[in-house]
Amino acid sequence: MNTFGDPAIWLPLAFAGLMGLSILIYVCLDGFDLGIGVLFPFATDAEKDRMVASIGPFWDANETWLVLAIGILLVAFPTAHGVILTTLYLPVALMLVGLILRGVAFEFRAKAPARRKRLWDFSFWIGSLMASLAQGFMLGLYVMGLALTPFTLVFATITAVFLTVAYSFIGATWMILKAEGDLQVKAIKWAQGGIWGVVLGLGAVSLASPFVSTRIFDKWFTLPELYFLVPLPLVSAGLIFLLWRLLRTLPRESDALCAAPFAVTIALFTLGFIGMAYSFYPYVVPERLTIYESASAPESLMIILVGTLVVLPMIIGYTVLSYVIFRGKATELRYY
Amino acid sequence: MDTLLLSRIQFGANISFHILFPTITIALGWVLFYFKLRFNRSGEERWMDAYRFWVKVFALSFGLGVVSGITMSFQFGTNWPGFMETVGNIAGPLLAYEVMTAFFLEAVFLGIMLFGMSRVPGWLHTLATFLVAFGTTMSAFWILVLSSWMHTPAGFEMRDGVAHATDWLAIIFNPSMPYRVVHMLLASGLTVAFLLAGLSALRWLRGDKGGDVRVSLVTGLGLGALLIPLQILAGDVHGLNTLEHQPAKVAAMEGNWNTDTNVPLLLFAIPDETARENRAEIGIPNLASIILTHHADGEVPGLNDFVAEDGTKMHPPVAPVFYGFRIMVGTGMAMLLLSWAAVGFMAFRRRGPEGLPKPLLLALVPMAFSGWVATLAGWYTTEIGRQPWLVSGVMTTEQAVAEVPGPMVATTLIIYLSVYVALLLAYIGVLYYLACAGQDAKKRGRPDMPGLNPTPAE
Ligand code: HDD
Ligand code: HEM
Ligand code: HEM
Repeated sequence: MNTFGDPAIWLPLAFAGLMGLSILIYVCLDGFDLGIGVLFPFATDAEKDRMVASIGPFWDANETWLVLAIGILLVAFPTAHGVILTTLYLPVALMLVGLILRGVAFEFRAKAPARRKRLWDFSFWIGSLMASLAQGFMLGLYVMGLALTPFTLVFATITAVFLTVAYSFIGATWMILKAEGDLQVKAIKWAQGGIWGVVLGLGAVSLASPFVSTRIFDKWFTLPELYFLVPLPLVSAGLIFLLWRLLRTLPRESDALCAAPFAVTIALFTLGFIGMAYSFYPYVVPERLTIYESASAPESLMIILVGTLVVLPMIIGYTVLSYVIFRGKATELRYY
Repeated sequence: MDTLLLSRIQFGANISFHILFPTITIALGWVLFYFKLRFNRSGEERWMDAYRFWVKVFALSFGLGVVSGITMSFQFGTNWPGFMETVGNIAGPLLAYEVMTAFFLEAVFLGIMLFGMSRVPGWLHTLATFLVAFGTTMSAFWILVLSSWMHTPAGFEMRDGVAHATDWLAIIFNPSMPYRVVHMLLASGLTVAFLLAGLSALRWLRGDKGGDVRVSLVTGLGLGALLIPLQILAGDVHGLNTLEHQPAKVAAMEGNWNTDTNVPLLLFAIPDETARENRAEIGIPNLASIILTHHADGEVPGLNDFVAEDGTKMHPPVAPVFYGFRIMVGTGMAMLLLSWAAVGFMAFRRRGPEGLPKPLLLALVPMAFSGWVATLAGWYTTEIGRQPWLVSGVMTTEQAVAEVPGPMVATTLIIYLSVYVALLLAYIGVLYYLACAGQDAKKRGRPDMPGLNPTPAE
């Protein structure tokens, strides 16, 4: 049983890793489809159909990563789960209502009588906006150590706006990949207009966390760790510059590099996420509860881990299959 | 109102809204798979037309099931943190297995099933349809394992106030699990059977007698007639199991105050918990004893056995359990009557749906949602019947509630309720619209566009 050392140490760590991975996948995948919703008011009716068609086959699976992330928090770190979710009670409810409003719109806008379509388009937009803002707000509060003071609330409001813009940015890069013609040109414009959200968002979170907690400050700004950490912001800055240059040269001959902005954005989100994970480790509730203090019993974690190791490769396999089947430019969606 | 009561109402409202859609998708997935197989075998367009109509209902129900389900998975943390802190070691793995073995499977293959027909080979599309149906059933299995464990916990020990798993097989195959899974899957089958029959009867009455309406109507009625006797049988056995493990619940279902022999089956009564007796009783002598013990003089537990010396009640509130049970069984009886009458008419007149008398068709229309009524009534009986326990004998509902301020819960409750009411109306409205508009489109000579607005399906 103890091949890897004490399971009370490595099991919580493994689950923190799994949870981090699902949050990251969620932010990238649902990020782009929430972003598409946020961009809705800027599109014409025909473009809206195309935009929804580009995410139709994926959105449900994308949201399932949120269920997995919250599920792991629930099953692996039950006490932390309670503390986090009761503190974030209202933004969580706001996010859920947003996810409901947008999720149902996919089906209703295509099936309700034509005159109701406007209403469901509105519901799609407002729901996506609510969910993105609520997630950004929660991110901000989390970075602020889940304290509720006027200052943290203001900070959270700012991150809410930045994250929403960042989502619409990754949504725009997805449309660059999936659209052609006028809509693609429009998407490039949207991306150019939204890149500041990514920059400011990353900046705000990276700068704020060390100043809220001296522990995080020390983790980053001591030698020799600093040498290993410096590449993180440097590479990020390089990627942002690359994105900015790339967006000015698109669209190219025979649609070359249309996937590049999306791929680079994912790399950027990943770097930002790694930085955050480094800052907060080993805490799951910032400065209050570590992953070791709040973990479930090892027997229970073990039984989930075994299942995960068997099932996760399958999940990734068929997720890839679906992205392969629906590759290429978005076309009209039909049931047949 | 206090946080506990508000949280209970909120949880009850959320899960009640959620379960409406899984009950449809679980069985409708299998019905679609059946339609697809029939089409593959015979090549007859009517099976494909039926598939195309019902896959829309499926997609819509699935969408609503997913969004309300996501709300459910947050409820444990936002409103019942004590639940996970105490029994998380057992509930956690069960929920995790549900997400991993069911949710991803259904979510990914749903995309292929809905939009992949022209992109993937026929066999892969049929496989996707199968996997979606399989996924919804797996998900029902895991969540019902958890729910059953909460009713009849097994395979664990308490250490420092926290439940630790000792035997996973005993946890999964806990005493009430097989009964609950079977009863719920049959409930889902019946809900879909009557939805198929009801909507198709509506289309038929409006003069739409196309091949797809015909096969949907016959499939619905046949399925209903087949499953309802099984359900009554399963319900009876389920009741015996409950008598063994949760006697207080059975006492409330029967409205029986004193433990006694030769207990009558009450068809109607008004239980009065303060006076601890029933008013306006109408009953059939000895029948409750016969059903529960198979002897006319068998002993049936009474509610007064579950009152502690100091007067604290350790039995559930009687009236909702008593009425809920009667509504479920009553709906079941109506289902039996209608589906058998319809199958009888079709068999003897040998004219298929042509042989159905008009009043029968008219009666089928409101029965479209009878499955919902019976399912909710059944769940209310079961869940309220477990109170005051959250996990029988382990923790009470009160011990699990969060310390969120009451007004905050009240706010979210109001928001959820208004969203749910609006969505429910929209859902029923769209089903009605789909049923009627297909025919209007045919009248306009566009049979290939069953009632869609100019946008294609999404
Ligand atoms: C008997 C069946 C049943 C019951 C009692 C429940 N569910 Fe459910 N649930 C399903 C049957 C189902 C399903 C058939 O699998 C759904 C409906 C539509 C769908 O997508 O899957 C689903 C969807 C669904 C989803 C979305 C999955 C996705 O993204 O695909 C979540 C997160 C939950 N449920 C969570 C819950 C929780 C936390 C419950 C209890 C407290 C619960 N469900 C009760
Ligand atoms: C799917 C159909 C279900 C319905 C309609 C339903 C309905 C209800 C209702 C009405 C209550 C309130 C009882 C009361 O407080 O008097 C309740 C309680 C509860 N049920 Fe269920 N339930 C369902 C399934 C489940 C499942 C699958 C689980 C868990 C796995 C669950 C967990 C709980 C919990 C934690 C409570 C306590 C909170 C409360 O009292 O409201 N329920 N349920
Ligand atoms: C007509 C005869 C029926 C009988 C005798 C019967 C019996 C029962 C009993 C005894 C319970 C309570 C289980 C417990 O103690 O926890 C129950 C629950 C339930 N019933 Fe029925 N039932 C019948 C019909 C139906 C029908 C027609 C439906 C739906 C279409 C249905 C759906 C349910 C559901 C969803 C539950 C809650 C889940 C569960 O505990 O399995 N029942 N039923």
